[in-house]
Amino acid sequence: MSSSEQMASTSFKAPDSSSLQLNDQGKLRHFLTTDGLSKEVLTEIMDVAESFSSVSDQAVKKVPLLRGKTIVNLFFENSTRTRTTFDLAAKRLSADVINLNIATSAASKGESILDTIRNLEAMQADMFVIRHADSGAAHFIARHVAPHVSVINAGDGRHAHPTQAMLDMFTIRREKKEFSDLKVAIIGDILHSRVARSQIQALNILGAKEVRVIAPKTLLPSNMDALGAHVYGDLRSGLDDVDVIIMLRLQRERMRGALLPSEHEYFEYFGLTEKKLAYAKPDVTVMHPGPINRGIEMDAAVADGPHSVILQQVTNGIAVRMAVMALCMGHNTAGKKP
Amino acid sequence: MNIKIENGRVIDPANNIDGIYSVCIAEGKIQQITTSQTDFIADKTIDATGQLVVPGFIDLNASLREPGYEQKASIKSETRAAVSAGYTTLCCLPNTKPILDTPSVVQLILDKAELAGFAKVLPLGALTVALEGKTLSEMYALKKAGCIALSQAPNSNIGNQVLRRALQYASSQDILVILKPEDLSIKDDGVVHDGAISSRLGLPGIPVSAETIAIAQIIELAEETGARVHLTGVSSARAVRMIARAKFTNDKISADVHAHQLHLSELDVGTFDANYHTSPPLRTAEDRDALIAGVVKGVFSVSSGHRPHNVEAKQAPFVATESGISSLETVLPLMLKLVDEGVLTLNQMIDRLSTSPAKVLALDSGGLAIQANADICIVDPNASWLVNNDSWLSRGHNSPFFGCQMKGAISHTLVNGRLVFEK
Repeated sequence: MSSSEQMASTSFKAPDSSSLQLNDQGKLRHFLTTDGLSKEVLTEIMDVAESFSSVSDQAVKKVPLLRGKTIVNLFFENSTRTRTTFDLAAKRLSADVINLNIATSAASKGESILDTIRNLEAMQADMFVIRHADSGAAHFIARHVAPHVSVINAGDGRHAHPTQAMLDMFTIRREKKEFSDLKVAIIGDILHSRVARSQIQALNILGAKEVRVIAPKTLLPSNMDALGAHVYGDLRSGLDDVDVIIMLRLQRERMRGALLPSEHEYFEYFGLTEKKLAYAKPDVTVMHPGPINRGIEMDAAVADGPHSVILQQVTNGIAVRMAVMALCMGHNTAGKKP
Repeated sequence: MNIKIENGRVIDPANNIDGIYSVCIAEGKIQQITTSQTDFIADKTIDATGQLVVPGFIDLNASLREPGYEQKASIKSETRAAVSAGYTTLCCLPNTKPILDTPSVVQLILDKAELAGFAKVLPLGALTVALEGKTLSEMYALKKAGCIALSQAPNSNIGNQVLRRALQYASSQDILVILKPEDLSIKDDGVVHDGAISSRLGLPGIPVSAETIAIAQIIELAEETGARVHLTGVSSARAVRMIARAKFTNDKISADVHAHQLHLSELDVGTFDANYHTSPPLRTAEDRDALIAGVVKGVFSVSSGHRPHNVEAKQAPFVATESGISSLETVLPLMLKLVDEGVLTLNQMIDRLSTSPAKVLALDSGGLAIQANADICIVDPNASWLVNNDSWLSRGHNSPFFGCQMKGAISHTLVNGRLVFEK
């Protein structure tokens, strides 16, 4: 049936995401996912973030790059930490920032997402930072905004959390310099994790030697090959010779869905302790996107120990989000209204 | 009106006809199919040179949205789209508002269809009251009111005990039961095939076992109760094998596949294009090829799975959109594409669209015999057209084929000898 395959792959093909988030010159105008982006684009984000990281150390923590621009943090799902760092990043770029918690306002009144977006566009917003519980929400909004508006995905369902992934890449680059020799293990609930998907894609694009996932099958997507990671069922084999360990947060509700027997059993087999840390390389770096469940995903001794860079991740998050905002705003339709 | 169709290639698998004939129609029936000169006096003569004269298509699975969802479509709008696409008969699903579980709703639909005057509509009554899967509907009353079959589709919201009793009860009156094979607990909140795309995009997946477990259960219950059962909208390679085996031992089992499932795969979901949100989901290229092989071998009839939607139904993040494609108008070109590729013969194509569905429904239409009802469409297999707002008649514009060039169109459609569509 080669001919019909050809048919599906040519004439009936849906547009891919890279065309949606890049402008005519191949530059980032929305940041929706790491999937499909080039090494150059990801490296540029990290390079620009590097230049912004000193801003936070100055007495006056501001640059006038986005002065006069309006950025709307549109959170359809509750978040404290991510919204705070986006808020800070925008303010350090001198933008005007509006924080809208839609979870408790318009949506509950029955307004559709599109109507919300159009209303905010009418108030001359230049950028939307979006968090939503549905996979694909940021893509959907990016398809419908005016040409001068940029969309940054701050987490959509299980799909993507690209700025989190890039702050993790930035942190790894600072620790390890090069990606090409790195073996990285991601431990935990990959199935429901937008962070893991974006990290796996970013690591592969940046040329990491091997990306591993360690989890029971109930917490893994059915096709890890499509994501580009090797599956390990236990920490002893999975952590062997690993340079970076990324822990994921385990949601309590997974126990109710019959995906796991108990927190106790999970910690026993997949929790990171000092003893298990010894399976990895001696200079292993330990990361966690937060917030941590101490005693479920990892021991306090590991979270606060010498290998942990968990707090650096938070600090780096501001510089990376500044970089993404500055780049996207500079690359949308010349930053002007039509 | 007496109509004569001349010079067309007449193909009717039911009566083993394939050749250049003149077809003469009067009083709603086919009077003659002949190669010689006749003294038949026609009020209208249609020259079908270079075209195919075939029995009108019969759809086993369409949603017409009326009554209750007129913002999406109406019986008039969709039966008009149907005849422009070669369909002369449509089975409509019972998920209307109110649900099609009482004779009065059956009558309403039949009246509206007759008033519209395009395709014939055969209502599928609800198998259970309100499609809730709890209480049997008044099957005999529904049959008497005009339901051709009973169905739980588009849902599969019925437990095995109730399903077993529904099949027993239906079989005692020889009523056909049409079921969508889907285990809801395994489907859970899934929206796409559980595979590469669900893994990459983080969309909740629907495993193949959601279909195959339901099929295994239905096959067992059909065997035990002796009911006539038709499985509609099959999506996976494993299901093809199971159904082929079941049909071998139980001739009361039949199945269909939606035409677009023979062309699209999970990869087309691409980046959250809601026009590819279908139920059952688009599965892998291997599944799609197995479905094509099943159509070639005669395991399946082909249905449209027509689901017209209003714009808002697809304007949301993928998981929040409603599933389904407005598909009536692309079935013929998609099937002709398989013929062009040498996968399917014309004869097989017409069998899967007309002859086989008629057999499933135990209709005496679906063929071109003398004195048969003149339900006929004339196909121009080489007509090229672009799918866009101008060429489209269904009120639902939710088709992933918008913007695609299609080959193959209908030039004329007759229902009961009446010309209801002419290009």
